[in-house]
Amino acid sequence: MIPIKIQCRSISKGTGEGTALVSRDPISFLGNVDPETGIIVDPDHELYGKCIKDTVLVFPSGKGSTVGSYVLYQLKKNGFAPAAMVNLESEPIVAVGAIISDIPLVDRPGIDIYETIKDGDFLKVNGIEGYIEITGNI
Amino acid sequence: MHLTKEEEKIMQGEYGLTLEKAMEILVALGDIYGADELIPIKSAQVAGVSYKTIGDAGLEWISSLEGKVRVPSILNPAGMDLEKWSEMGISQNFARKQNEIIRAYENLGIRTECTCTPYYLKGFHLNMGDHVAWSESSAVSYANSVIGARTNREGGPSALSAALIGKTANYGFHLDENRVPSVSVNVESDLKGSDYGALGYVAGKLISNRVPLFFLSSKPEPDDLKSLGAAMAASGSVALYHVDGVTPEIGHMHFEMPDENITIEKEQIQEVYDSTSELRSRCDIVAIGCPHCSPGELEEIADLLEGRRLKKELWICVSREVAERYSHIVDMIEESGAKVMCDTCMVVSPASENYECMAVNSGKAFNYVPGMCRLKARYASIEECIEEAGDSN
Repeated sequence: MIPIKIQCRSISKGTGEGTALVSRDPISFLGNVDPETGIIVDPDHELYGKCIKDTVLVFPSGKGSTVGSYVLYQLKKNGFAPAAMVNLESEPIVAVGAIISDIPLVDRPGIDIYETIKDGDFLKVNGIEGYIEITGNI
Repeated sequence: MHLTKEEEKIMQGEYGLTLEKAMEILVALGDIYGADELIPIKSAQVAGVSYKTIGDAGLEWISSLEGKVRVPSILNPAGMDLEKWSEMGISQNFARKQNEIIRAYENLGIRTECTCTPYYLKGFHLNMGDHVAWSESSAVSYANSVIGARTNREGGPSALSAALIGKTANYGFHLDENRVPSVSVNVESDLKGSDYGALGYVAGKLISNRVPLFFLSSKPEPDDLKSLGAAMAASGSVALYHVDGVTPEIGHMHFEMPDENITIEKEQIQEVYDSTSELRSRCDIVAIGCPHCSPGELEEIADLLEGRRLKKELWICVSREVAERYSHIVDMIEESGAKVMCDTCMVVSPASENYECMAVNSGKAFNYVPGMCRLKARYASIEECIEEAGDSN
């Protein structure tokens, strides 16, 4: 397929790629995610039971405790962090967590990503120039 | 956001990875909140200190940083008294980790005083209009409201980034337009002491994150304002408030009357006491000093404790500098059997979890103790708190 390029705002530098894991629920990294496994452990969360390791995690925004920034760092150190993240609108917890953990993060995508991106799509995230590329389906 | 050439160089990594990351954090926050530029700060207060809250991940990140802070910087309360931790029932493992966190901050040039009241300390006095990057919610409220200085409520990494760069992004409470009150609050009852904490506990829930303008029939002292602001920052997320005829920006900024108007009745304030009155005499610990005591509050406590031998645990939380400056008052307080704790408080220390019911005179502690420490809390005046701790004889 021809890659689809979506302009975004750059929040955390770097580039990353992987298969999309899409959530319409905000994520509180403190509490929703197990830092030892990368698995979403909150039964009420849309991604309950799924592992975020090496994915491009697409979610509207972060929420909850500011300690969530350190949970992202812990996930990275443990090898269970997402390869990159895409937000509708980033807030400080996820933005800071992404920066200290070297996880590329972009937000404010130029089109409706919930229409365009499905679980399993292969995505490239460029956090330096600020765009996403959908390069294929699995 | 506009960056100077020097700031661009930092962002490109010319001064090393730590400053690059710090600049990246400030710029990301500036972009998120629509800041136009970075502005110099006078001091920083860094959150993310208690091992109970940041854990090994936080310790690891702070330890990975290099360099020195550019402005006077200080820490939020830690999980224990850094000297008397074993008296608090803190485990060896926790103490070792907590000390590692403190050393990691010290290596960055941060003063290792851990307090929610930096404004009492030498080197951290503020004047109206000063810009700072402080973290602890009651300190932020006090700086903004009682002093008229300007700070957002910084998170741990953002305050640390600001300290390392010596600047913060110009948004939120740094700007005049965000300091304008949007709701007025009328309180006709006579208030004293812990009534202000109870008022703050009630008001914070109604106000959420807005800027209130209070019309009070009583005239609060700075210690009363400290209690009011701390409670509102806990039960709501009020980071700035004004009190007509009292706080410094009134008269300088010529605010218009807000459209929305709330009245808080005496009964609503009394309800905070009454809601836990069944816990009277059933508490196994009493804790005072949330936020950390002022010199005046220490004197009041010493007067109330004179001649008493306490039956129950009584903790008085205070900054180390104030405790050392007023060591004669601390000695008088400790003669009763009370423990004066520095560097920590009942909310952030895991030591609280060893008890079942805590009496407090702080609206902030009353808000947090049940959830964060998992014990019951009784709200009472300072006199009743001292009564709860033991008989006079």
